[in-house]
Amino acid sequence: MTTESIATKQIKKEKLTQRIPQVYYFLVIITVLGITLDQIFANGNILSSPTILLNILIRSVALGIVAVGQTFVMIGASIDLSVAYTISLTSVMTSLIMQGDPSRVPMAIGIVLLIGAFVGLINGLLITKLNVNAFIATLGTGLVIKGFLNGTFTNWSGSVPRSFQALGYDKLGPIPLSLFLLAGVVLIGWVILSWTKFGAHLYAVGGSVQIGRLSGLRTDRVIIIAHVICSITAVLSGLFIVSRLGSGAPWVGPDGVYDLESIATTVIGGTALSGGRGGVLGTLAGVLIFGVIDTVFNQLGIDTFLKTVLRGAIIILAVASYSIRSKREAA
Amino acid sequence: MSTIVNNPPAEQGTRQLKLFWNWIKKIPPVYPIFLAVAIGVSQLNPNFASTAGILAFLRRSSPLAILAMGQLFVLASGGFDLSQGSLVTLTIIGSSLIIYNNDEYTYISILIMMGMGILVGLVNGFVVSYLKVPSLIATLGMLLLLKGGGLFWTGGAPKGYLSENYRYFGRGYIENVPYFGRFPMAVIIFIAVGLILMIIFHKTNLGKQILAIGDNPQAARLSGVKVKQVRMIAFVISAIATVIAGIMIGGYGGTSMEAGEGLEMQSVSAAVIGGALLLGGKGSVPNVAFGALTLDAIVSLLNLLGLPKPYRDAVQGLIIIGAVAYAAITSRKRE
Repeated sequence: MTTESIATKQIKKEKLTQRIPQVYYFLVIITVLGITLDQIFANGNILSSPTILLNILIRSVALGIVAVGQTFVMIGASIDLSVAYTISLTSVMTSLIMQGDPSRVPMAIGIVLLIGAFVGLINGLLITKLNVNAFIATLGTGLVIKGFLNGTFTNWSGSVPRSFQALGYDKLGPIPLSLFLLAGVVLIGWVILSWTKFGAHLYAVGGSVQIGRLSGLRTDRVIIIAHVICSITAVLSGLFIVSRLGSGAPWVGPDGVYDLESIATTVIGGTALSGGRGGVLGTLAGVLIFGVIDTVFNQLGIDTFLKTVLRGAIIILAVASYSIRSKREAA
Repeated sequence: MSTIVNNPPAEQGTRQLKLFWNWIKKIPPVYPIFLAVAIGVSQLNPNFASTAGILAFLRRSSPLAILAMGQLFVLASGGFDLSQGSLVTLTIIGSSLIIYNNDEYTYISILIMMGMGILVGLVNGFVVSYLKVPSLIATLGMLLLLKGGGLFWTGGAPKGYLSENYRYFGRGYIENVPYFGRFPMAVIIFIAVGLILMIIFHKTNLGKQILAIGDNPQAARLSGVKVKQVRMIAFVISAIATVIAGIMIGGYGGTSMEAGEGLEMQSVSAAVIGGALLLGGKGSVPNVAFGALTLDAIVSLLNLLGLPKPYRDAVQGLIIIGAVAYAAITSRKRE
């Protein structure tokens, strides 16, 4: 009847198609290609052994969790380059506070979550209140954390108790606990983005801050909350990593290149760098693509250095495969 | 109706003061900051204030200044070039592989590296312009390609040596220069590259087109700018500057796999301290060069203050945030 109902219908239709982001086709292609290559050139273990499939998923947990947070800030047209050092900070603080004592686990988790929220708050405030470009603001906070960590800790410090390592190694039936963590974070992220008011506001602000502000949104607050969420996911990633490693060190975050890889997987997953579009399901596919590629390369016994080269090429090609159709100029 | 206002002499004085104050306000903040830091450094290290001290400082900072000026071309067009650091490393390890301490191959290796640099710039530009991949991702991918490629080429550890005449560009001196005595080759290259880039950026159509694209690509295209080609040229200029800086860094510091590590972030930071606007539209070559010098001077200052290296990272982080916050606040006031 009215144009409004047509518009809502359109939106509903778009939402349905958005449920399966394009990137899943790419994931399927990569997986099929990988399995085929594995069958022809290697021992064909990917299909026959379930542990390899599980390993793909476990490899994806640390990156997947932080990539969900990165998706939030990138939908808000922001970016977070400090996550790698937030992960390091979490790993070091956790093992330092726990000192192998199981009774300190809740306290440690509480403290690192607070630290994460604080880092996110600082990032958000710098970007919104001081108008510092997000790239520089988070690069700067990352450098500050890096300096503090490298100046204070030079080696593995402290340790986590065995009970905490359960997070990294235990299984519930055949499924590792850590997968529930990843699934939980993705699910919560999806619910927040798709079904809450905050999610809608974040898309609006990411699409255009001006329009968001003119339609009465507290745009600053939305961006700040997105950054707090992102830093908290970095903390969760850090908790998972330290539970696997048993102890924290200043280099665990940057060694995993979690800053750039979380951005790359988010973009591959279909979230625009310019904000306003995307979602965590696409990001999850992007993360899984990285996991599959890593596993296939290992199976084929490809040189580590060549792996880096191929990874760079795949990142570019994956993003190019759908950016090429966009009419807008990239920058 | 025009009215003639006769200012009493006292008012004229305040007016001149006002004009002077306006002139002061127009000075980019990087210069007073640099001056303050330089004074600080020379207080702690009296040698710094001498001609030799300044030349030694410039010689060490020239590569970063050249990197930052190259980065400016990409930043001004609205992009990022994150592949600079790994291109520096590749230039150094590639040259030493080709030269292998054989003087005859010096210039051939430089030619090959220049060719490689141009190719890297063209690919970056092509991926951004024609495949429409955001430059952050495109040059990040290039970073991985070059890093992995370099490691693969050398098998993980640097091989070969750089010849003396290759290293001359980074650490050599021209002897018997009147007044100076000996003048570092690196500073001559810095000045020459700086002048060329300054002319391109500020005096040619290309420079104005780059700024126009950074300001608003749509508007630039509608007014006849070949956006894609200009953007590619910006990436090529950045890559050429990077190779030049790489040759100088190799000369100054020798062959190492970590020579270029993190330089891309430093050059972005230097450009930003020099007042370049991220996402394009504003920037100046001399200011950015001074941004790089300021960054290096701050590092020397922290060094002289006895701050351990890791904390220098932290202070650097605070400084770049401060510089950008300052730029953001002052530009908001102007609106």
